[in-house]
Amino acid sequence: MSWETVIGLEIHAQLATRTKIFSGSSTAFGAPPNTQANLVDLGYPGVLPVLNQQAVKMAVKFGLAVGATVATRSVFARKNYFYPDLPKGYQISQYELPIVEHGKMDILLEDGSSKTIRITRAHLEEDAGKSLHEDFHGFTGIDLNRAGTPLIEIVSEPDMRSAKEAVAYMKKIHTLVRYLDICDGNMQEGSFRCDANVSVRRVGAEKFGTRCEIKNLNSFRFIEKAINYEVARQIELIESGGTVQQQTRLFDPDRGETRALRSKEEANDYRYFPDPDLLPVVLDDLFIDGIRATLPELPDEKAQRLVRDFDLPAYDAGVLTGSREVAEFYEKVINEVKGDAKQNAKLAANWVMGEVLGALNRDGLDITESRVSAEALALLLSRINDATVSGKLAKEVFEAMWSEGKGADDIIDAKGLKQITDVSAIEKVIDEIMAANSKQLADYRSGKDKLFAFFVGQVMKITAGKANPNQVNDLLKKKLAG
Amino acid sequence: MAELHTLTLAELAAGLKSRAFSSVELTRHFLSRIEKFDAELNAFITVTPELALAQAADADMRIATGTASRLTGLPLAHKDIFCTDGVLTTCASKMLSNFISPYDATVVGRLKQEGMVMLGKTNMDEFAMGSSNETSFYGAVKNPWDLAKVPGGSSGGSAAAVAARIAPVATGTDTGGSIRQPAALTSLTGIKPTYGRVSRYGMIAFASSLDQGGVMGLSAEDAALLLQSMAGFDERDSTSVDMPVPDYAATLNQSLKGLKIGLVKEFFEQGLSEENIKPVKEALTVYEQLGAQLVEVSLPNLPLSVPTYYVVAPAECSSNLSRFDGVRFGYRCESPRDLMDLYTRSRGEGFGSEVKRRIMTGTYVLSAGYYDAYYLRAQKIRRLITEEFAAAFQKVDVLMCPTSPTTAFDIGAKVDDPVTMYLNDIYTIGANLAGLPAMSIPCGFLAGLPVGLQIIAGHFAEAKLLNVAHGYQQVTDWHKRMPERYA
Repeated sequence: MSWETVIGLEIHAQLATRTKIFSGSSTAFGAPPNTQANLVDLGYPGVLPVLNQQAVKMAVKFGLAVGATVATRSVFARKNYFYPDLPKGYQISQYELPIVEHGKMDILLEDGSSKTIRITRAHLEEDAGKSLHEDFHGFTGIDLNRAGTPLIEIVSEPDMRSAKEAVAYMKKIHTLVRYLDICDGNMQEGSFRCDANVSVRRVGAEKFGTRCEIKNLNSFRFIEKAINYEVARQIELIESGGTVQQQTRLFDPDRGETRALRSKEEANDYRYFPDPDLLPVVLDDLFIDGIRATLPELPDEKAQRLVRDFDLPAYDAGVLTGSREVAEFYEKVINEVKGDAKQNAKLAANWVMGEVLGALNRDGLDITESRVSAEALALLLSRINDATVSGKLAKEVFEAMWSEGKGADDIIDAKGLKQITDVSAIEKVIDEIMAANSKQLADYRSGKDKLFAFFVGQVMKITAGKANPNQVNDLLKKKLAG
Repeated sequence: MAELHTLTLAELAAGLKSRAFSSVELTRHFLSRIEKFDAELNAFITVTPELALAQAADADMRIATGTASRLTGLPLAHKDIFCTDGVLTTCASKMLSNFISPYDATVVGRLKQEGMVMLGKTNMDEFAMGSSNETSFYGAVKNPWDLAKVPGGSSGGSAAAVAARIAPVATGTDTGGSIRQPAALTSLTGIKPTYGRVSRYGMIAFASSLDQGGVMGLSAEDAALLLQSMAGFDERDSTSVDMPVPDYAATLNQSLKGLKIGLVKEFFEQGLSEENIKPVKEALTVYEQLGAQLVEVSLPNLPLSVPTYYVVAPAECSSNLSRFDGVRFGYRCESPRDLMDLYTRSRGEGFGSEVKRRIMTGTYVLSAGYYDAYYLRAQKIRRLITEEFAAAFQKVDVLMCPTSPTTAFDIGAKVDDPVTMYLNDIYTIGANLAGLPAMSIPCGFLAGLPVGLQIIAGHFAEAKLLNVAHGYQQVTDWHKRMPERYA
């Protein structure tokens, strides 16, 4: 009997505003505990929240980018529960009337086909602080620097059918929020994380199985592992005669398993109601259109354009637009390289995907930390195009640029890698070789065509690979023919 | 010259301006009266004599150098619900009995800026929940007209302080009648402005959609004077309204000829004996003599105000008071065993029984399965009441009715009967639900105890309201009566 997995994700993306969603405190990460929490963040008696307009703009930007409906009227509500890192005893969130509804995101499946994941809603809310359970000798430390940091919670429909699909979706959203410049996407710092709702059902069944929610997954690897573990756990449970209980579960990365945190019965009744301290957020078309006008070219649009304009393979276009920074790097290269646009696009694609990403990967660097800048790479590719250096030697030049931090021209000069394109110089070398290899010459002339490669090799050997291969070919053919 | 405490705020302002007395002299006078009388009244939770005298000295300097405003040097008392920088701010609760606020409420800050002198912080019902000032952790406040009676609540301390002339004017807050009802019970002029007119920043929240700060004073003119500086947009309060504040004093003396006064049919029908309604009816006659016209209006849903209020206000309070958890400030229980123990004991020991009753009611009406039947329904009725008021103000300029169904009652008489206690606010709650400005002005006495006339106007019609009250006070002297003991 085979099983189908059903997954929905709730992604929390921290908005990259300078200040908090309802107060003027800084949102910068890593400050000493409780130094970025003012009276509003601390929930002092009498203080009131004031909405950060920037956070609204970012949420709208997201909504427009996923083709969603942006609500002209949305309402903040209070989600009531007690916890020490929740200073007011309630979290300000949006409940019945979120700012974004009915969006979608396409993901690429392994078989190359694409699938649409529906986005139910995305709402604005404030983050809680952090409880620190270590190092306090039986006490719990509270750091409220994060309290009040703006988030959008992006809720999908249960449209994903495998952990891989969930990861693909999460990655697409991750790429998008960084393109939009509304979230730094830093998963280690918790700026981008998700809760996964996972259930299983018999293939062909109409009703969804009972779901479990796995909280706070903050790496793509953990998401895949946690979901796969949870799916196996649920199937095993049902097949051995048990039933899945609706639960909130935590993933333990050290053990690679999920464990129960609380059951449905223990769940809080959050007693949501509209926050009387905040007015409804009312947006007019002018405001929304103004934000629409600031949208950058989105990753999917960009990839389609690369395929259409430059005949790039879809795979290459996908890789090159997979992050905003890689796309920017690539586009900077093709804008600066001289020569035929289509040829350059393909040339640059090969170099960025091959040499640059390879070197970054090897050295554990991010594209923004690349030791060879887009401009420097463009110059090197121009040197290939203008025949200053051969494609083969250019790789050697690139390696030297990477390790020495110098420009292509300096490396070519210093290493003497400049291609020999002077006809008389090449002819002179050919004459010498013909003189020194009279037997091979005779054989060639009597019909042993394969010996042509021998002569090419000789020329390259003597010129240390610097002779222009096309010229060598042409000149050799003429001279050998006699 | 009359004794300083018998003068109105406007008269005191004139005296300071003409250098008839200094702010330090004036402040000393009131401080000595507090010293003399507050032990029996219990109107103040905190008196700040040193701070007051320092502020008074600063004010005298401003007056001397010609940099004074209209309010510079005038003493006042703040209800202990307003946060005051560096000064104990308790909300009359054990929960905040150790809370020194690190900041000033916007209202406090603005009046400080004007150079007013704070005498201290007045007693109130705990977290403003009550109509008799008996729920205070600091004990009941006595009514200066009869020390065996309540002064009303929740701004009972402010009411008693001004009525006994131990403060010339005081701030109050009004969520369901907490300025108007005590004003009525102590023969004061009290104004609750339009919701959004006065910033709520730093005013410890009871029910955020209903709370509004206002003034308790000796006359409409005094109320106008203080409100002028309290009102206005505050970027720290999203619900404050960005609208210019008119010059209230400028329109006080406008003629009332042709004024249309609506009499709320439902309020004159409800359980009021001819005897009890007499002072109010006489006041209406005075208005007729001033050229006003009386029109009966009906607001059929208004009698639902009390049940509506007792869903909405507790719902909001149950959430607003969650921040008092013993973690960051305020009362914390002794040696908590764990987190749950810290929460339950800190809150269980820190809150009084009326506050707990409302938190429990509010938690209940917001709970899953009950929300629609209670909270949502109450919001619908609230909307209907608001619409009925709006329709009434299409026909009339102001509405008039009694402020309170009874005069001041005995201390202890209603403490064990919350429903009877809640009915005290039957006439006042409507204005809070609809966010309308409303006043109570003295209009007579029954068996030696003051009676108040309530006047309600349309949104942001404070100037009209003050004008209507002032017109009456120009031809009557109820507002000038003083309890003999404190004359």
